[in-house]
Amino acid sequence: MPEIANTAAKVAVAMTVNGRLVSAELDPRTLLVQFLREKLLLTGTHVGCDTSQCGACVVHVDGAAVKSCTMLAIQADGMSVTTIEGLAGASGLHPMQEAFREHHGLQCGFCTPGMIMTALDMVARLGPDLDEATIRENLDGNLCRCTGYHNIVKAIGAGAAAMGAGAKVAAE
Amino acid sequence: MYAFDYQRPAALADAAALLKADPEAKILAGGQTLLPTLKQRLAQPTALVDLARLPGLSAIEKTAEGVAIGALVKHAAVATSDVVRAAIPALADLAGLIGDPAVRNRGTLGGSLANDDPTADYPAAVLALNATVVTDRRSIGAGDYFQGLFTTALEEGEIITRVDFPQVERAGYAKFRNPASRYAMAGVFVAKTADAVRVAVTGAGQSGVFLWEEAGDILASDFSPAALARLELDPADLMSDLHGSAEYRAQLVKAMAKRAVAKALA
Ligand SMILES: Cc1cc2nc3c(=O)[nH]c(=O)nc-3n(C[C@H](O)[C@H](O)[C@H](O)COP(=O)(O)OP(=O)(O)OC[C@H]3O[C@@H](n4cnc5c(N)ncnc54)[C@H](O)[C@@H]3O)c2cc1C
Ligand code: FES
Ligand code: FES
Repeated sequence: MPEIANTAAKVAVAMTVNGRLVSAELDPRTLLVQFLREKLLLTGTHVGCDTSQCGACVVHVDGAAVKSCTMLAIQADGMSVTTIEGLAGASGLHPMQEAFREHHGLQCGFCTPGMIMTALDMVARLGPDLDEATIRENLDGNLCRCTGYHNIVKAIGAGAAAMGAGAKVAAE
Repeated sequence: MYAFDYQRPAALADAAALLKADPEAKILAGGQTLLPTLKQRLAQPTALVDLARLPGLSAIEKTAEGVAIGALVKHAAVATSDVVRAAIPALADLAGLIGDPAVRNRGTLGGSLANDDPTADYPAAVLALNATVVTDRRSIGAGDYFQGLFTTALEEGEIITRVDFPQVERAGYAKFRNPASRYAMAGVFVAKTADAVRVAVTGAGQSGVFLWEEAGDILASDFSPAALARLELDPADLMSDLHGSAEYRAQLVKAMAKRAVAKALA
């Protein structure tokens, strides 16, 4: 979006992003995705469309998957945001990221951050045993121009199962 | 987006006062319709009045008549609510068919009804169930509320606070979605009470959601999908666009009505 003359009063925003408290004075029209990418330089969250339909921008806000291109940064004031950069731990990639690599769940990779954030939301809502129909239905809001979805669906099923197995090990 | 000021009042009266003081200000709820509109510079409000922190607009409550749902309740919350599922399961089904999971995590009941998109889902449920839209000023019956394309009985600055949905004997919703936009190309909500059946159609009418009265009359004496077989919907008042002709939509509406009845009987 091109910068245009701004007459609106700035607003103060504070939120937790990937566990870190951040604050800023922003033009109210700043989208959450702009704040993440342009101010915090977290460029893993992508913008793939102008119509809120592609899901490349999906992040978690207070645990729920949302399109960060369709939310103002100020609407996330006081909330906790997780982006793709917040997933990998000290021991390496998150199991869902690992599954996308293992199952060739990406080609150009543009849609991948949104796919993975949506996949994690699916596991959080529906549990780790996801059948193909459920995965496809819940990918309604995520578009991929490369893969034909087949390996994405496989990767999500495998990643979810790995998360389930991991949780079981941790509980034992 | 053009520049706008941002306000986040903490009380309903303050929100109403802000809107009254500035007729060019606009209400912001989930932003799933308003923000895409602003991004395309199709509107230029001076200010957004964000309802998000208003108390009392986010509850789902069992009432004597049915269920009351706050204007700020998100589609995802309606879809997964035990209270809604117990009182009017078809309403929970409908909410789960709106858009995609991320849209359902932000979009609200009040925003959908205020916007009154002719292809939106909630208007069909509100009209078929004969629900009441409650605002900061009054209560509006469904029959008076919907007034055409993107047009409702809401006055300037009027804020929807909740919707009262009466429980019915049986209800069902069936939707044929436009695969690209995810909105309805035809969505039919049937609601059966002790003495009548109301059939509301969204996605197909030239002037927005409407009651298909002939279908309701036939179903009142024979509540079965087969009863609709002999009925034809006149395409004259239906939408024709690149997604489908009016004649095609007439068939879709009939097919969705049959499915909705089957779901209500399931
Ligand atoms: C990709 C995508 C797919 C979608 N698919 C569907 C679909 O299949 N079916 C469907 O029905 N919808 C669909 N939607 C729209 C979605 O349901 C929106 O959530 C809804 O239309 C608007 O609700 P909102 O809370 O986001 O409102 P906002 O966008 O915040 O506001 C919408 C309008 O309502 C006004 N408003 C908001 N709240 C109130 C209130 N309490 N009182 C008075 N005025 C108010 C605002 O001023 C604005 O004019 C889709 C949206 C997207 C982005
Ligand atoms: S960039 Fe957010 S949905 Fe496309
Ligand atoms: S991998 Fe290229 S868009 Fe999905």
